[in-house]
Amino acid sequence: MTEQASERQEFDVAVIGGGLVGSAVGWGLARAKQQVVVLDEGDVAFRASRANFSLVWVQSKGLGMPEYAAWTKRSSDAWQNLADELKETTKIDVAFGRPGGFTLALSEAELAARAQMLSRLHNQPNMVRYPYEILDRNALLKMLPQVGPDVAGGSYCPLDGHCNALRLLRAFHKGMRELGVVYRPNHVVDAIDFRDSIFHIRSNNGVLAVGKIVLAAGIGNARLGPMVGLKAPVRPQRGHIVATERAAPFLPYPIVTVRQTDEGSVLMGDSAEEAGFDDGVGLGVASAIASRAIRMFPQISGLNVVRTWAGLRVMTQDGFPIYDESRSRPGAFIATCHSGVTLAANHAGNLAAMIAAGRLAPELEVFSARRFDVRTAA
Amino acid sequence: MTATPELKTRYDLAVIGAGPAGLAAATLAAELGVDTVLFDEQASPGGQIYRSVTETPLQARAVLGEDYWHGAALVDAFRASSAQYVPGATVWTVSRDGEIGVSIAGVATIVRAKRVIVATGALERPFPIAGWTLPGVMTVGAAQILLKSAGLVATGQTVLAGSGPLLWLLAAQYLRAGGSISAILDTTPRGNLLRALPGFPAFLSSSYFRRGRDLVREVTRQVKVIHSVIALAVAGGDRVSRVAYRQTSGIETTLRADTLLLHQGVVPNVNLAIAIGCRHDWNAAQLCFAPVLDAWGQSSVETVAIAGDGAGIAGALAAEQRGRLAVLDAARRLGRIEVAQRDRAAAPHRHALHEAERGRTFLDRLFRPAKQFRLARGRTLVCRCEEVTAREVIDAARGGCPGPNQMKAFLRCGMGPCQGRLCGLTVTELIAATRGVSPAEVGYYRLRPPIKPITVGELAGLPKSAADIAAVERS
Amino acid sequence: MFERLPEAGGGTITIAVDGIAVTARAGDTVAAALLAAGFLSSRTSPVSGAPRGPYCMMGVCFDCLATIDGIGSRQSCLVLVREGMRIETQRGGRVVAP
Repeated sequence: MTEQASERQEFDVAVIGGGLVGSAVGWGLARAKQQVVVLDEGDVAFRASRANFSLVWVQSKGLGMPEYAAWTKRSSDAWQNLADELKETTKIDVAFGRPGGFTLALSEAELAARAQMLSRLHNQPNMVRYPYEILDRNALLKMLPQVGPDVAGGSYCPLDGHCNALRLLRAFHKGMRELGVVYRPNHVVDAIDFRDSIFHIRSNNGVLAVGKIVLAAGIGNARLGPMVGLKAPVRPQRGHIVATERAAPFLPYPIVTVRQTDEGSVLMGDSAEEAGFDDGVGLGVASAIASRAIRMFPQISGLNVVRTWAGLRVMTQDGFPIYDESRSRPGAFIATCHSGVTLAANHAGNLAAMIAAGRLAPELEVFSARRFDVRTAA
Repeated sequence: MTATPELKTRYDLAVIGAGPAGLAAATLAAELGVDTVLFDEQASPGGQIYRSVTETPLQARAVLGEDYWHGAALVDAFRASSAQYVPGATVWTVSRDGEIGVSIAGVATIVRAKRVIVATGALERPFPIAGWTLPGVMTVGAAQILLKSAGLVATGQTVLAGSGPLLWLLAAQYLRAGGSISAILDTTPRGNLLRALPGFPAFLSSSYFRRGRDLVREVTRQVKVIHSVIALAVAGGDRVSRVAYRQTSGIETTLRADTLLLHQGVVPNVNLAIAIGCRHDWNAAQLCFAPVLDAWGQSSVETVAIAGDGAGIAGALAAEQRGRLAVLDAARRLGRIEVAQRDRAAAPHRHALHEAERGRTFLDRLFRPAKQFRLARGRTLVCRCEEVTAREVIDAARGGCPGPNQMKAFLRCGMGPCQGRLCGLTVTELIAATRGVSPAEVGYYRLRPPIKPITVGELAGLPKSAADIAAVERS
Repeated sequence: MFERLPEAGGGTITIAVDGIAVTARAGDTVAAALLAAGFLSSRTSPVSGAPRGPYCMMGVCFDCLATIDGIGSRQSCLVLVREGMRIETQRGGRVVAP
């Protein structure tokens, strides 16, 4: 393990942001033998990575952009490998499991709408093929006998899974440290200048000169992007999560709104509010989440809620990621999404490899922020 | 005090906590014509310092001492007032605009108040030593509660370890009640007395001096006290059986212990106030986080004042006066009294508060807990709920983890039901010491409701707006 | 071990602890009654399985959790004993009824 004290002056690449995207890319870059420095904020920051639900999810992704469905499936298929690599190198088990997952419907109307949406998704031209099922209540009960009487059915996809995303973040950070990545918290970037093919990154803690830069600052990318000639039109979207005390295992499958962690806690979630930068907890929303979760699994009503929190998803107007490289300032890359857990395998794998090689592959062009220009022009 | 516990939906003032600050506050508020409700988690009033004062089986006044019985007068005055008393009520949230979530007999409801006084008092400073999670290891406060509320004393080999006035008080009460103590392991650092000397004159003229001196004499006459204890470790299988200690001389000794009672001071119980959003700062003299308040206890959140030990450790008599001062200002803000009247009425309470605070500097310095008992090491558990060790916290801090919230994400410390009450200070101090910065810079856990658990069912039953439901029920 | 001082009087309430009949005193919390009856621990940690018992007796440590009248994870230091109350050791995580 390298000593934290030795400060190298020359890095190949600086990653701005130490969340799930930044740390996955940083680890991937280090494995590709790049000298990496990661600049991160302090202890209290928006940090979407701390708020996520830990799903590694395929079903229902990509309506409007089939390439995203393919990108997602690719990451899901590579996830076990990622988990194994992390376990082997950092000894941290990120508890990945891919038992398949459900979206549950609490009425026939919800089930019908779900079926319709998935049908449209899978009928898109160039849509990657993978199995899924619409289950009516009777079929559902064979797999999830514990669902409550209000559950009308659901959609099931065998490719869906979940992990322990906090341990994933920790594993990436430990992995980075072990590979000699320099991690600098409390470095908020104020400005990025570009002179003679070198990026000069100014933060509250000095200036850093580096030939390549990756903006992985989540919601902060909106501010940083233009500094390197990139656009990152992202906005915060608030999501709440409710967590219970540890329970003995009873729910082996993840549901998109309710899952039991490997430690036993039950997490409930999936709300979306346009609340600006307010990540405070709204009890009404938390209550609505709890209410739906109980209708799906009545037996959890007696469990104690020990934590609630809200996080700010990093949301584009179409909900799909942005991957881009700057034309005006070659060497600057940007990566932003709201599914940093699902896409972690891609970020640590192919995306990092592309950045190490100095350019994004053509398959990622569809994720460029230029797509928003095209739409407004049309 | 109203006879029926019918909860209204709105009050002028909600007081949270029925210790000295809360009791005094609610009583005075009612006198001033403020429509007041007092919520308390326990089944009977008194908080912790006056625990069970209305029903203790230890009626012989000399056992618990006159300071304790003063609490009875506070309770009597409160019961005679028109303030509504709601016992068995756990307050799990307070919003900035006075919405109070309270859980009574397993049912959560929301009550509104124009102003809130948080009087949730203090809790004991964590004492993370090897083996401190073994059954049979408890706080001195726990033993005091068992004594006062149930007339129970520990039998067999009972060892007290730590430092601070409460330790001596409990020891004296135990002995008076007929309990036995096999040893007191005093961890008060030797250099403290010298550092405390500048505060000695004030201490000498305070009421603490005589009472403290008499207590110590009474106890040391009957119990073996071992001074200069610099290390402690508890051993046992599925309960405590031995405690090992080392003194500055280097001598290591092991004692048999059937019960080990720990204490190294009390710190504000900050969870509710922090979750509300009240600003807290690090108090370097008292080694804890305390709220930033004006002279009336007004916090950084307009509707909320904080009184009692939760405002900063100053003892029961100070707590009572701060409760009254907070209410006088609340009454002024509610338009019940004018500024001049408020200030006039406050004068005697300010004077009494000043008297009650005299000598505290000496006490704070004399009983300042030793570093090694705050900064745990190795496999000692720092987070009891999630079983996170000191070594894990230190390693993560060395690896660049900048603060307790990132630490929580990495290690789960602070994620258990106690929400950091027993690990927060330790984690903050460990990060600070490892990174070489002050605890002020490191900060504390971010806290959110519920600050005490409610069930999923209780949460689901709360009021929801159409917007709330729409936020969740989207395709 | 804890013993009752004479001024506290005798126990008049019968509760069941893991099926065993135990005498408790009116006004006791469940935690106090358990300690008085010689039970130092009412749960095992869901993290490691280690036995845990009351630490603070004032509702902040959450180590006194027990299943009381079928409801799990109750802070036994905050619940008063009642005639016929059933208390059970809580082993590990909360069991969710099927």
